[in-house]
Amino acid sequence: MVEHPEQAADYHPPHIVPVPIYVAVFVALIIFTALTTGIAYIDLGKWNTVVALVIAVCKMVLVVLFFMHVKYSKGLTRIVILGAFFWLGIMITLTCSDELTRHWEIVPQGWSAGMHIARQLF
Amino acid sequence: MSTEAPAEPAVNYLNASYGIKSWLLTLDHKRIGLLYLATITLMFVVGGLAATLMRLHLVEPQGALFEPETYNKMFSSHGIIMVFFFLIPSIPATLGNFCIPLMIGARDVAFPRLNLMSWYLFVTGCAFVLYDTISGGVDTGWTFYPPYSSLYAQSHVVAAALGIFIAGFSSILTGLNFIVTIHKMRAPGMTWFRLPLFIWALYATSLIFVLGTPVIAVTVFLLGLERLLHVGIFDPAVGGDPLLFQHMFWFYSHPAVYIMILPGMGVISELITAFSRKKIFGYSFVAFSSLSIAVISFIVWGHHMFVTGQALYAGLVFSVLSFLVAIPSAVKVFNWTATLYRGSISYEAPMLYALGFIGLFTIGGLTGLFLASLATDVHLNGTYFIVAHFHYIMVGGAVMAYLGGIHFWWPKICGRLYPDMWARISAAIIFIGFNLTFFPQFMLGYLGMPRRYAVYAPEFQVLNVLSSAGASILGIGYVIPLVYLIWSMRYGPIAGPNPWKAKGLEWTIPSPPPTENFEEIPIVTEDAYNYPAIEPHAYPDSQGVASV
Ligand SMILES: [Cu+2]
Repeated sequence: MVEHPEQAADYHPPHIVPVPIYVAVFVALIIFTALTTGIAYIDLGKWNTVVALVIAVCKMVLVVLFFMHVKYSKGLTRIVILGAFFWLGIMITLTCSDELTRHWEIVPQGWSAGMHIARQLF
Repeated sequence: MSTEAPAEPAVNYLNASYGIKSWLLTLDHKRIGLLYLATITLMFVVGGLAATLMRLHLVEPQGALFEPETYNKMFSSHGIIMVFFFLIPSIPATLGNFCIPLMIGARDVAFPRLNLMSWYLFVTGCAFVLYDTISGGVDTGWTFYPPYSSLYAQSHVVAAALGIFIAGFSSILTGLNFIVTIHKMRAPGMTWFRLPLFIWALYATSLIFVLGTPVIAVTVFLLGLERLLHVGIFDPAVGGDPLLFQHMFWFYSHPAVYIMILPGMGVISELITAFSRKKIFGYSFVAFSSLSIAVISFIVWGHHMFVTGQALYAGLVFSVLSFLVAIPSAVKVFNWTATLYRGSISYEAPMLYALGFIGLFTIGGLTGLFLASLATDVHLNGTYFIVAHFHYIMVGGAVMAYLGGIHFWWPKICGRLYPDMWARISAAIIFIGFNLTFFPQFMLGYLGMPRRYAVYAPEFQVLNVLSSAGASILGIGYVIPLVYLIWSMRYGPIAGPNPWKAKGLEWTIPSPPPTENFEEIPIVTEDAYNYPAIEPHAYPDSQGVASV
């Protein structure tokens, strides 16, 4: 339907973000991307993944806050965003309840090795 | 359109405009609901055909019809089509689309164009999967576990995955549309706690659509990435985790079970109240049990992985959490039963489906508890017990509710009544056929017959033949409604606005409703199911003179 007069009353025009802010966020994203690429050439050992993820999260926060206008919206929109992250958290936490406590078997590579073990067992 | 009866409105949403274009470009939620109805009926026929052929094949221990490879493709097609292209959209996209605006007193959903777009996305997904089936099909099962679907796949996995990916976006958009509609479009006076419980159920379903479906889209995307570009995600040989796929797949696909059953539960709440002419027992408990089922459904997925090498600790956690789902489900069953108590019950076809649902869903739910227990699951996992369990939920539950809902709102949809006697007979045939098909499968599974095999040990033949016999009865039960419902669209007696004398805004407007639904937006002043003190009502007589 085209018009809902009963909704016109609580209509707010969308917040207009000044162009310089968009440009600044864009530049920041480019810098972060360059940083990720640069760090990929340095071996940080077990910190490799951590650093890459931290940078990725920073970029995501910028996109969500500015490009998706969450910084300027309130109430229900923010609850929706928080809910989405909470659900992502459920998925990661319960998957980790398996990943972190799993009994990892060291299985020899390839069929012939497997058959070799099987022959010994039976 | 005939004009001999006064009850039929001269201009309604069905005859307001004519031609293919007026349907394919319609923004009317009622017409879009019917577009979905036609599409999913087609998919149901295709998926049902695959099931029929499988049951025929299993009449003989060595397999009567197909090569094992063909059999694999048959059950994969059956699963993929029935789950993603029939059950998931069944009630929400047809009855939900049709009823939500009518039940909350709105002229349409919040985003009519988005609504039409979701149908086109869905049809595109259907096209991919049908193409896939015709061009050779997949042999992975509907679960697409790697390495069947990646390293060792010999079939057309990518086209099927793409179809599911695209249809997923249709689900997301429908869910989004429903959430906004229910938040923003309710008529004045239609407070949250005056909403019909069908709306609460669809609201909970929409939450799952929006929160869960992106995950399955990501999962099949990653599968494509691994299959086409050999990125190590699930394959341990290149640094992937072999169980990660199952975690991600079931993070969506367990809640997807509740996408199928929650709307059904909503329908049952409508039917039980309408045909026992009573307010629902414990309205807010039933409403909140929908929401808690939606939330809990997201924290139980590991019960599909007890025997896959998942950590024992995770198994314990998921087992305990799975038991939690039984609580809100039981709340619903008990509250429906309590609603019946001292009601003025009548047994029209929709009510027969509703009562069938309660019994079959209870069996399906309780056998779920056997499977959620770690120890029994080791024995039952991968057997026909599982097949029987989820068919009791999905066919005995979701499909019964879907048919009940179709029969309940059919007079509203097309303004005509179907022959009640045929409807009751077919409801009974479906109930008998269903139990004969799937109860033997509980026994087969308990005795140890594995699922997904084209052959079986000879001692299982009797139960398999019983099951196949039941399937053919079930098939007949599904064909009869298809015939008389189509017949009734033209030849059925005029229904009038409210043939069931039911409460709810959708019954206050003409059948079929006008395009804009309500001439004037109603003002709601009473609770849902506010039935007067018990008074008798009857099915309108065969002359078609509905008492209004
Ligand atoms: Cu499950």
